[in-house]
Amino acid sequence: MAAFDTPVQHRSDKETLVCLRTLGQPDPASLQAYLNVGGYKQLQRLVQDKVKATDVITQVKLSGLRGRGGAGFPTGLKWSFMPRYYDGTKYLVCNTDEGEPGTFKDRDIIRYNPHQLIEGMAIAAYTLGARVGYNYIHGEIWQDYEIFERALDEARAAGFIGENLFGTTFSFDLFAVHGYGAYICGEETALIESIEGKKGQPRFKPPFPASYGVFGKPTNVNNTESYTSIPWILEHGGDAFQALGVPNSGGTKLFSVSGHVERPGNYEVRMGMPFTELLDIAGGVWKGRQLKAVIPGGPSTAVMPAAAIMGATMDYDGLSKAGSSLGAGSMIVMDETTCMVKTLKRLSYFFYEESCGQCTPCREGTGWLYRVVKRIVEGEGRMGDLDLLTDVSSNISGRTICALGDAAATPVLSFIKHFRPEFEYYIQHGKSMVTGKAE
Amino acid sequence: MLSQESLAKIDRELTKYPADRRQAAVMSALRIAQDEKGWLSKETVAYVAEYLGIPPIAALEVASFYNMYELEPVGQYKITVCTNISCMLRDSDVIVDHLQERLGIGFNETTPDGKFTLKEGECMGCCGGAPLFHINNKRMCEFLTKEKVDAILEELK
Repeated sequence: MAAFDTPVQHRSDKETLVCLRTLGQPDPASLQAYLNVGGYKQLQRLVQDKVKATDVITQVKLSGLRGRGGAGFPTGLKWSFMPRYYDGTKYLVCNTDEGEPGTFKDRDIIRYNPHQLIEGMAIAAYTLGARVGYNYIHGEIWQDYEIFERALDEARAAGFIGENLFGTTFSFDLFAVHGYGAYICGEETALIESIEGKKGQPRFKPPFPASYGVFGKPTNVNNTESYTSIPWILEHGGDAFQALGVPNSGGTKLFSVSGHVERPGNYEVRMGMPFTELLDIAGGVWKGRQLKAVIPGGPSTAVMPAAAIMGATMDYDGLSKAGSSLGAGSMIVMDETTCMVKTLKRLSYFFYEESCGQCTPCREGTGWLYRVVKRIVEGEGRMGDLDLLTDVSSNISGRTICALGDAAATPVLSFIKHFRPEFEYYIQHGKSMVTGKAE
Repeated sequence: MLSQESLAKIDRELTKYPADRRQAAVMSALRIAQDEKGWLSKETVAYVAEYLGIPPIAALEVASFYNMYELEPVGQYKITVCTNISCMLRDSDVIVDHLQERLGIGFNETTPDGKFTLKEGECMGCCGGAPLFHINNKRMCEFLTKEKVDAILEELK
């Protein structure tokens, strides 16, 4: 690779590596690197000792692991929804379709520690009785997709996935498949449609994937980081994982830090870390500037003014108390030179572009939101526009099949709530009150 | 319509799904077809559909839904620049301006020699490396500066 392709990012000794624990080895993505940290031993133990599925699920429940894709649903509880007895093929799906702006953590898992994900999925397959698994990977990260395909080949050759594993009757096939440019496929039922070779339009729920998923069969869908946490949980026990974090937010979390910081990148830290400490790990606000705002979990979580996040801790309850949510841990940092009106315009365009078009409130509403914010930026705003934006957002929210509608409404509502004077100034003067980029 | 090499790749994708679920391979089959042809003409889409044994409209629906399939011809190198929030905050507009000036084209345009096409992309999930673009849906180029862009363009000439 040429010099301008991806360098390995900066790391900090304040990190606690669970999902990225092969980092530091010369070829962290290799099978050997994963074996060096005790890889595949948990899978082997469970399968050979015929450990009961309920015992595995108990450990996952004790761990406090919650869905790392953004919804935060308890993983152990989700696993218990899968039918125990089913006369046919059950499926396992991993969601590596990161498209929420500012989210890039799962990419580092598949390119730096793919085998831990494979082991986590194999353990889930053993526990849930799934015969076939798919890891659905964001189409844009092709080089990382190929790394994961190579890891699958290695795991297959070494007898960690495939037929009759460890000389038992347990078999599990795992395949990599890819998206090709559709944010909506991060939604689990749209993702399932896409695996089946269709447009990524979400399905009505219920039925949930646990009863009607891939090819109409019972399917468990989890995020990449969730599956990758599983081998560690079974090695050290659910209690130990819970103890890495804080009550209600067990374990570590990969935070994707982007925007106006000195060292953007993924940092895996204990849940409950103070925001200021995480910001410090990322090198602080760049160029010595002041913090203006943070989107803590991706644009579908509410933006927070600096004052609101400075005292917050990075966990589910901590961010919820401070007025937003953890989401996927996608922390977008904005300094004092950021124009919130122009930023909202870009986000609104994104949701308009990515609406799948299935539900009218979202299809029409996202376009409406974008056009109104755009006219404000172009100096054509009217004083009633802020109420109009709030009204349209409120009428999308809760009226669509999937959460994209709510996701589109959240930035509009939260940007206007926290930065209303900035929007009013823009409408009155036809220009931003922020002087703009300090060149 | 497609080379033996491409068909072999599609056959490999088909092994990932049950034998009676050939439609599932359409995402990768269209990607493989586009890698060979550069873009997806109606004929190519229809050929892929026929190969998989699905109606042409089922393949076209997929080809037109996902952003990375090209239903119009593009240049030898398609450069897709992310301009979403994390890239925007790290001055992706400077990269866009520089590319447009160097290539003399705007978004969705191709240079007269057929070498470069410029596209605006949505979030690629690599925001830690902002600003960034990818080339022909495959190669991700991150931490861009004007100088890096020049070096990449020089390499592709």
